Amino acid sequence: MESIAEYLPQHPFFAGLDESVAALVAGCAVNVHFRPGQHLFHEGEPADTFYVIRHGRVSLEVHAPAGPPVVVDSAHDDDVVGWSWLVPPYRWLFDARATEETSAIAFDGACLRGKCEADPAVGYALLQRVVTVMSTRLHSARIRLLDLYGASR
Amino acid sequence: MADTRLITLEGLQSLVDALLAEGYTVIGPTVRSGAIVNAPIRNIDELPRGWGDEQDAARYRLRRRDDEALFGFAAGAQSAKPVFFPTDELLWRGRRTPDGARLEVRPDEEADAADSETGPPYALLGVRSCDLSALGIHDTVLTQRRFGDAHYATRRADAFVVAVACSDPGGTCFCVSMGTGPRPEQGRGAPFDLSLTELLDGGHRFVVEIGTERGATLLDGLEAAPAPAADLDSAAYVTTQAEQRMGRRLDTEGIKELLYASVDSPRWDDVASRCLSCTNCTMVCPTCFCTTVEDVSDLTGHEAERHRVWDSCFNADFSYIHGSTVRESTRSRYRQWMTHKLASWQDQFGSSGCVGCGRCVTWCPAAIDITAEAAALRGTPGSHLPPAGAPVTSPDD
Amino acid sequence: MTALTGRGPSPGSPEETQDPFLPRPFVVSERRQDTRDTYTLVLEPVDGEPTEFAAGQFTMMHAFGSGEVPISISGDPARPDLLEHTIRNVGAVTRFLVQATPGTEIGIRGPFGTGWEVSAGRGGDVVFVAGGIGLAPLRPAILEVCAARAEYRRVLLLYGARTPEDILFGDELRRWGDEHAIDVQVTVDNGQHAWRGRVGLVTQLIARGGFDAATTLALACGPEVMMRYAAAVLAERGVPKARMRLSMERNMKCGVGLCGHCQLREYFLCVDGPVLTYDVLEPLMSRAEL
Repeated sequence: MESIAEYLPQHPFFAGLDESVAALVAGCAVNVHFRPGQHLFHEGEPADTFYVIRHGRVSLEVHAPAGPPVVVDSAHDDDVVGWSWLVPPYRWLFDARATEETSAIAFDGACLRGKCEADPAVGYALLQRVVTVMSTRLHSARIRLLDLYGASR
Repeated sequence: MADTRLITLEGLQSLVDALLAEGYTVIGPTVRSGAIVNAPIRNIDELPRGWGDEQDAARYRLRRRDDEALFGFAAGAQSAKPVFFPTDELLWRGRRTPDGARLEVRPDEEADAADSETGPPYALLGVRSCDLSALGIHDTVLTQRRFGDAHYATRRADAFVVAVACSDPGGTCFCVSMGTGPRPEQGRGAPFDLSLTELLDGGHRFVVEIGTERGATLLDGLEAAPAPAADLDSAAYVTTQAEQRMGRRLDTEGIKELLYASVDSPRWDDVASRCLSCTNCTMVCPTCFCTTVEDVSDLTGHEAERHRVWDSCFNADFSYIHGSTVRESTRSRYRQWMTHKLASWQDQFGSSGCVGCGRCVTWCPAAIDITAEAAALRGTPGSHLPPAGAPVTSPDD
Repeated sequence: MTALTGRGPSPGSPEETQDPFLPRPFVVSERRQDTRDTYTLVLEPVDGEPTEFAAGQFTMMHAFGSGEVPISISGDPARPDLLEHTIRNVGAVTRFLVQATPGTEIGIRGPFGTGWEVSAGRGGDVVFVAGGIGLAPLRPAILEVCAARAEYRRVLLLYGARTPEDILFGDELRRWGDEHAIDVQVTVDNGQHAWRGRVGLVTQLIARGGFDAATTLALACGPEVMMRYAAAVLAERGVPKARMRLSMERNMKCGVGLCGHCQLREYFLCVDGPVLTYDVLEPLMSRAEL
């Protein structure tokens, strides 16, 4: 299996990233694997990891006192999970649970933040990509808030 | 050179009598409740002899003329529209069996009831040139498209039309701007059978222009002599002087593009602050044609009728869908009406929807004037087209 | 007063012999519940005459004494002996319709309007984008593609529903995928714990690609906001706007272009639509209250 540094430029999130930058951030990363039903993280836990899904499926859920958790988003092959590592106080805002055998790359948040602060150009490259993901997710969430498919008033 | 005759007042009564004898209900202008209103007539004494009118935005008054003119006024309160396009039309009657299963639908065969006093066929007496154009527009909208209004078509086919040239345009008239008057022209708008021009000096008489075979035959029965040349000149002068006395003007140059480009104009907020969404304009407009349907059933729920009734784009639920209204604001409704009337109508039907009759201006309780709104859109910054005559500049100039 | 026939429609046309204002009696032969508030009615004509229709057309369905609603035909165009309508219970008229048991007679006017004409996508890719009950008006076009599958290259159905319980035609979705080589991707606005599919907006499915934009014919149907965003994403991916077809909705009373209610600027949606191309629609969808 190729190294993380070799794999990263093939992943859509890192497309166009300079090879040297890819190698740099790869230094913060390890391969991880989740079994079906296994949580990646829980709401409220320290958020110091950034996940890049290679293969599998992750539910992003919100749990409530009554009833099963509601799935508010899903991450699949080539998606990324989590930007709370960029936003103080660095705490997860929801649960993430693998629903299939899921292989991912986990980046250490503190390590990534350090590399960004040391070289703003690296920081900008990463932030650009994260903001694009956030923009898509925010737009999706806002439109779903309209409940377009719900019954009319 | 049109085929013309001359008839006297007595001749006009004979014309009415001949139409009545042929079974027509003759509908002409009458004075009622302080306005000129179309109604069935049998005698020319019922016409507004010696009456004129004063019209302006939100103003309509009758005034006594100092002569005996029968047609010395401008646009009456209503056009010919309600004659052929009634406010309420029964479309069909249906019956459902008590167990709710069988549905029987019968087309309405009793419409335009057998009342020969006020039912069809109709002869219209005194149709203005603007209203003739409007009738032609309704003929296009209601009978010359993929689906047609059969009731309307039947009433129109049987109708006899006597047009009249305008001598005294009103304060809100702008037929000259819209190219629809003041003289009725065969081939412009709906066809007329006869067209009258009233002359007063030297004897009360009418120059009659013959429009159709049917009109010629009717006149032949009156033994009317050809109109002398001097009277033809006087008749022509009636409308040439009327052309100079229009109360309003609407610049139609590029009006469609102007309105399409004005979708965001702040002018719509201005008119919305005045418009009451009362629908008067659409009720008196001779070309408006929007309707809605009403289903009514009896108390048992087994007999039902479907009626088609006049509607207006200014009504709150006109654009209701999925639990709310598309055109919620008055702003959007006025924009819709004016854009449709002057712009989209052209793409839909190949002509303007406005004939310059001025009724929407006269009968608007808020004195909103479509000609003033059009001019304002031309001159208002942000309406995307420069005012006529202004140099075109770009940001880099 | 003579019978109401013939004036307006061109001589010899099908419309000439049937007054468009008179409902034709149909009888409910089958009633299926699709979801908690959506039902499909299968109707057969009392007079036995088949009703030729184009995928994308609608009829005016009549609830006796109560009113009419425009409902898209959701059945197979190759079966003109039947009329299928998938109806959501949202008001007095639709409540009557979804409660109509087999044997009930219902008045139908139509079919009216422009169709999808999905055959224009032959030789290239076809992307169906459906939101909520918008899948129902697309179903006839999907069936048309299935019947001539070899004429098309890649065919995608991207379908967004509110929740997994609101997914329509679940068995058919599977069959279209398994038997007709249609790439069916479903997403929901939110899902239960056990939901294994996608959660998110249907536009996110478009962004994943899997189709050749240059040769794609895109057909979208659903809430107008969803169609607007879907069209924007399709355009970003390079699908020409003239190759995107949307089914638009407005208040309808007559269904035949005479009552004026369904106008979207110069277009009568019952005659010039409901299917219109996005190059025409884009400026008309970009402003509120048009």
